[in-house]
Amino acid sequence: MIYRENGQFKVNYRSDQQIFPIAQDRMFIFGLLAFAFVVVPMLSSDYMLKAILIPFLILSLAAIGVNILVGYCGQISLGSGAFMAVGAYMAYNVFVRIDGMPLIIALLSGGFFATIVGVIFGIPSLRVKGLYLAVATLAAQFFCDWAFSRISWFTNNNSSGSVAVSNLEVLGWSINTPVDKYLFCLGFVSVFALLAKNLVRSAIGRQWMAIRDMDVAAAVIGIRPVYAKLTAFAVSSFIVGVAGALWGFVHLGSWEPLAFSIDRSFQLLFVVIIGGLGSIMGSFMGAAFIVILPVFLNQALPLVGSLFGVTVSIAMISHAEFMIFGALIVWFLIAEPHGLAKLWSIGKQKLRLWPFPH
Amino acid sequence: MMRSKTLLAGALTALALATAGMQTQALAQAKVQFFPSLTGRTGPVAPNATPFANGYWDYMKLVNARGGINGVMTLVEECETAYATDRGVECYERLKGKHGGATVIQPLSTGITFALTEKVPADKIPMITSGYGRSDSADGMVFKWNFPLIGHYWVAGDTVIQHIANKEGGWAKLKGKKIAVGYHDSPFGRELLPILQERAKRHGFTLQLLPIPAPGVEQKAIWLQVRQQRPDWVILQTWGIMTPTAIREAVAVGYPMDKVIGTWWSGAEPDLRDVGAAARGYSAVMMQHGSEKNSEVVKEILSRIHDKGQGTGPRAEVGDVLYMRGVVGAMLAVEGVFRAQERYGKGQVMTGEQARWGYENLSIGRARLGQLGFTGVLSPIQTSCADHMGSAWARVHTWDGTKFNWSSDWLQGDEAIMRPMVTASADGYAKEKKIARRPEADCKS
Repeated sequence: MIYRENGQFKVNYRSDQQIFPIAQDRMFIFGLLAFAFVVVPMLSSDYMLKAILIPFLILSLAAIGVNILVGYCGQISLGSGAFMAVGAYMAYNVFVRIDGMPLIIALLSGGFFATIVGVIFGIPSLRVKGLYLAVATLAAQFFCDWAFSRISWFTNNNSSGSVAVSNLEVLGWSINTPVDKYLFCLGFVSVFALLAKNLVRSAIGRQWMAIRDMDVAAAVIGIRPVYAKLTAFAVSSFIVGVAGALWGFVHLGSWEPLAFSIDRSFQLLFVVIIGGLGSIMGSFMGAAFIVILPVFLNQALPLVGSLFGVTVSIAMISHAEFMIFGALIVWFLIAEPHGLAKLWSIGKQKLRLWPFPH
Repeated sequence: MMRSKTLLAGALTALALATAGMQTQALAQAKVQFFPSLTGRTGPVAPNATPFANGYWDYMKLVNARGGINGVMTLVEECETAYATDRGVECYERLKGKHGGATVIQPLSTGITFALTEKVPADKIPMITSGYGRSDSADGMVFKWNFPLIGHYWVAGDTVIQHIANKEGGWAKLKGKKIAVGYHDSPFGRELLPILQERAKRHGFTLQLLPIPAPGVEQKAIWLQVRQQRPDWVILQTWGIMTPTAIREAVAVGYPMDKVIGTWWSGAEPDLRDVGAAARGYSAVMMQHGSEKNSEVVKEILSRIHDKGQGTGPRAEVGDVLYMRGVVGAMLAVEGVFRAQERYGKGQVMTGEQARWGYENLSIGRARLGQLGFTGVLSPIQTSCADHMGSAWARVHTWDGTKFNWSSDWLQGDEAIMRPMVTASADGYAKEKKIARRPEADCKS
């Protein structure tokens, strides 16, 4: 009933190959974008923007990057936090050391340097797989932790190792209110999500998925593993680097190396697992889940506790977060390994038939 | 089955979003002065930050029991940060507008302080960072909203070196000595180094830097280095579980405990209780107060709060070092509001801006300290527009196996050395942020 596709005929390959071939989907996406750009800034409080929506947008961008590597190309990576750190610190250095550097170029250059680092640490993927590759990327995480703490050039020779940026502006538009920051991040995320979606639908995306599914067979039919894996690392690290730069510049404003520690890498991996491996939309869903769950628990657990006459201490809420996260990840991996995105696509499939199931 | 579960999950998420988006509850509010409390009750610093949070809240309850701030009651709401900067910033954003607006924020974390220094001027909420945070924020002409009341890391570092010099027999005796510094590898740890490097330059001792990566559970490699190099003294700038680990490792490599001195975040009961007698001789420089079980304010808290069953934490920790630090932090927060009320209206709820004026014009003399129950615990405190620290006194206490005993006279951080460093660093910050120093006229406003 909702997806009445009769009357929607495709008369050329181009319209058949679009990202959203069904008109209702197109309307929904345009509506969602309009809602996100116009309605949300008007209705949201500052707290909602600063503490929920902006981290959600930046984490979903980082999750898109991680998803390309882990979900589409099948290369496990525990170094995402490090690539975010590289993006943030190099963007900071480019921004601060070069006078008059435009903000967007600085952020993209952060991504560029993250690409270089990502490709270097992706070279082990040509020889090792799975758990061993995870350990090799873990080395990237610790190496970057060390580098940004020890090498004072990265922190502009700041004695405390903490860096800060301010006075962000793009072509005269000063980005200081939460609404400005939200729109800035939303612009970046929309562009990058579109680019990533087109990449994974194209030849290179199919190469990545072939490597993920069975890399020996992929090599047999003529896909070069070196090219596919390193491009996956390159593209993924670029997106994650830009996300890291946004995280530092827009969300935190001031950060230290511990902001991009191993916990951040794990968090991104959890976002991708819960959201759905190999799905761009899943990155958004997982990021929404991860950002909202702690806030939700903070509000809900005391209420639930008071229903049972138990006062829940704030330390207990913190512990409960960990427990619930862990339980959810285990449950997702058992019950729905393809994550929330798969649940959504099952729902959509049923909606295409409803009310005439078969 | 799956669908109804996802529907339920979706409904719950929507409910949570709605509650998160709402700013203030529509309750009938009495006038309250809201003090958010950022806690570290979980995570790597839990044993140390928990007594602080308990002391903070207990003193606020005591203020209410005494009749409030000229009738205005205090309200504390806690938010858990687990010593993580991003969670601390999120807690700040969530609490800053509640209950009529936060009066003052005390993050108890240097990382969070650095992040919030960017935000508090826009939000007009003062930030007290007693004994931590940015040392250069003592310069009130650049850092209008930061208040490192009664001490910052450079006071700690300076008084530690003074104590070492006293033990060695004079400044001249320091020449050629080797002093190792084991520090938390973060802005918190690194903030100590500039004053030590400055003193090393002046008195000719060498500084051996030993960064300890957070959380610091694994320090064998560092202490093997100490055993190899045999420095004359070891200074510890550690926090949380890093401290007892460091002390245990020092004992394990056989480094003499009476040559190990911690700063005021590295010398409290949770750090030493488990090590016990083996750590006898370990000293730490304290920001004026130590463990004050016999003070009047502790007796009052026990009788008026804990005896009535309203204590925040266990009774046994009342009066411990970090509990007292929470009490002192709360006292400073409340005294600033008292002072602000003198100008802006007794018995009125003070806004953040008005409280800021209060913190900038604090004048707590011996009489007032006696009134509040802090005789023998604190020295008089006087802040001004240019000096947001207010006092640079410290003293050293030593662990005797079961408790701390005072082992030095009152030491004072040398302002002749510290002040130029503070000003230079504040100028560097102002240049980087492209903000100007406050004009003198701004001090009168």
